[in-house]
Amino acid sequence: MHDVPARDAPRRRGGGRRKGGRGEQLMVPEAEFTSYYGRPIVKASPWEVDIPVYLFLGGLAGGSSLLAAGADLQGNAALRIPMRWTAIGAIAVSFAALVHDLGKPSRFHHMLRVAKVTSPMSVGTWILTVYGPAAGIAAAVQALPVAPTALRRSWIGRSGPLAGRIAGFVAAATAPAVAAYTAVLLSDTATPTWHDSHLQLPFVFVGSASAAAGGAGIALAPLSASGPARRLAVGGAVVELAVSEYMEKQMGLSAEPLHTGRPGAMMRAAKACTATGAVLAVAGHRNRAVSVLAGASLLAGSALTRFGIFYGGQASARDPKYTVVPQRERVDAGRPVRSDDPAARPAR
Amino acid sequence: MDRNSFYGPVDPARDAGWVDPPARKGFFTDTSICIGCKACEVACKEWNAVPEDGMSLTGMSYDNSVGLGASTWRHVAFIEQPASSGNQESGVRHDESHANLDVLALAGGQGDPSPPPASVDLGMPLPTLPGAGGEDSSVPFRWLMESDVCKHCTHAACLDVCPTGALFRTEFGTVVVQDDICNGCGYCVPACPYGVIERREGPKNDHAVGVAQKCTLCYDRLGEGMEPACAKACPTQSIQFGDLDELRQRADVRVAELVEAGVVDAQLYGHDPADGIGGAGAFFLLLDKPEVYGLPPDPVVTTRALPAMWGRAAMAAGTMLAGAAMAFLGSRR
Repeated sequence: MHDVPARDAPRRRGGGRRKGGRGEQLMVPEAEFTSYYGRPIVKASPWEVDIPVYLFLGGLAGGSSLLAAGADLQGNAALRIPMRWTAIGAIAVSFAALVHDLGKPSRFHHMLRVAKVTSPMSVGTWILTVYGPAAGIAAAVQALPVAPTALRRSWIGRSGPLAGRIAGFVAAATAPAVAAYTAVLLSDTATPTWHDSHLQLPFVFVGSASAAAGGAGIALAPLSASGPARRLAVGGAVVELAVSEYMEKQMGLSAEPLHTGRPGAMMRAAKACTATGAVLAVAGHRNRAVSVLAGASLLAGSALTRFGIFYGGQASARDPKYTVVPQRERVDAGRPVRSDDPAARPAR
Repeated sequence: MDRNSFYGPVDPARDAGWVDPPARKGFFTDTSICIGCKACEVACKEWNAVPEDGMSLTGMSYDNSVGLGASTWRHVAFIEQPASSGNQESGVRHDESHANLDVLALAGGQGDPSPPPASVDLGMPLPTLPGAGGEDSSVPFRWLMESDVCKHCTHAACLDVCPTGALFRTEFGTVVVQDDICNGCGYCVPACPYGVIERREGPKNDHAVGVAQKCTLCYDRLGEGMEPACAKACPTQSIQFGDLDELRQRADVRVAELVEAGVVDAQLYGHDPADGIGGAGAFFLLLDKPEVYGLPPDPVVTTRALPAMWGRAAMAAGTMLAGAAMAFLGSRR
């Protein structure tokens, strides 16, 4: 069922809403462009809230597995145990969200028919196929001490600790891929704001994942055990904030949806939460209550980043301006994209 | 795999692994002779059993199907312009232009009621002979009509990003969804640079609800040596079906004819194998800029940048691993 569009004059002025009070400047002058009754050109993804939730939880799981494996090597059980549970909890909810978002959830296993490097979703499916069970085994063996005696004395109970260790390292080896590939998943589309961020978004996402997992570690582990989580969180937050700033500068027009409307509010809140969380993480290293607050702030910042980028992209697809204006500028400047132009060929 | 498998001129059927495929098939849609009859829309719906896609009036000239989507595989765009087409006389006459008249407000009585207008000229084309009212009263007017369809790109983003193999390249070089394989992940929808493919929504009794849907270039008919339903039904040969090479030659001749006749903005769209999608299997002759018809002016397949994207993702993953390692160095706890 199509929405009936508002009757737009075929030619209308572009330009986002000017926001006062925040000293925000439009990054590009208003563009005049032609459209077909103001209708979008590209289609926004049919994805709903499941997907930004997954972007956040997938990153949280990946970062948690890295912290858990490091803590395991360090003999730091107080950090390892909560991080392994966080990883399996986050990835289990992720799986549910991903299947729920399908048009035909009963066919989720059709992803396993093929392996295609041209499809970030296919690559991601195989990354998760390795990562998920490994994170699951690593977490499950932690429940052995409270398991029935018969189980503990069986071969499962006897081989559990070693299996958990190996599974934890397998999960940690695939964890950075879990955190990074989702940026390619968004960028490999015609959605202007997602595609135009493709050179920086992977770094924003691994920074965000590190900040989230570090935040969970700070909140869940005792002060004496959470040093590595604190350092990872601060490093991740710094990377996320710095690269985001640079990314939005170089995107030009398609950064506008990240600064306006609800996605803009989400992005501003994300930066405030992430920065606050990083400061509290350093300031509160001797205070458990402040540390819990720091962790919550970092987790909220990471989630809001994913929501802001997701919904900003959706907004950029729904307004023809972001598709037409840059393409029209290329054509009018005599520089349309052509494969026979050596300068335009992608680097191999 | 060819060096142009990602980007650049390539024969898509051979590149996809077909041995000795037939000539690549496609559409040449010449919008200069489209009369907006919508026979293509109807024929497509009938043949492919595509369900209704909304029954509301839009106010967008005579276009009530709005755009391509899961349940609209051929869509006729209507654009009304105060411009003349070449040296044609529009046959539209009135004393003044009513471009700025708010007829809805007048009908609702919210316009200026005094004095009431004796009659409101809506500026509709009149069925009188061109020039019958004298040249000075004729105002420029033209209707652009364009039957839009899936472009069946040489480098098809929808196919590249499909994680199930539901989308495939046929022996005819076209791109088709297998309804029984697609699990409705929706990834092809934002990938398409033209906004063509869409996941079908609706009541669950339709086998294709929740599945990505678009034009198949009537794959079933092609297999029997028949032409697609829309081309078969087109009464003016605005939609021409055939071997893509031949259609491209025909289009070159036609666009030169039009430019010679004074239709200066006549242009081909999607005919060039060196463009951002490697050339379209369904290309067009337009009379105005592509965005006037709701087409992107310079579309590019998103996977052109995929090598760079994977490279950056690998660097970012490495950075995260290094960062985690550093977090554990320098202190025991």
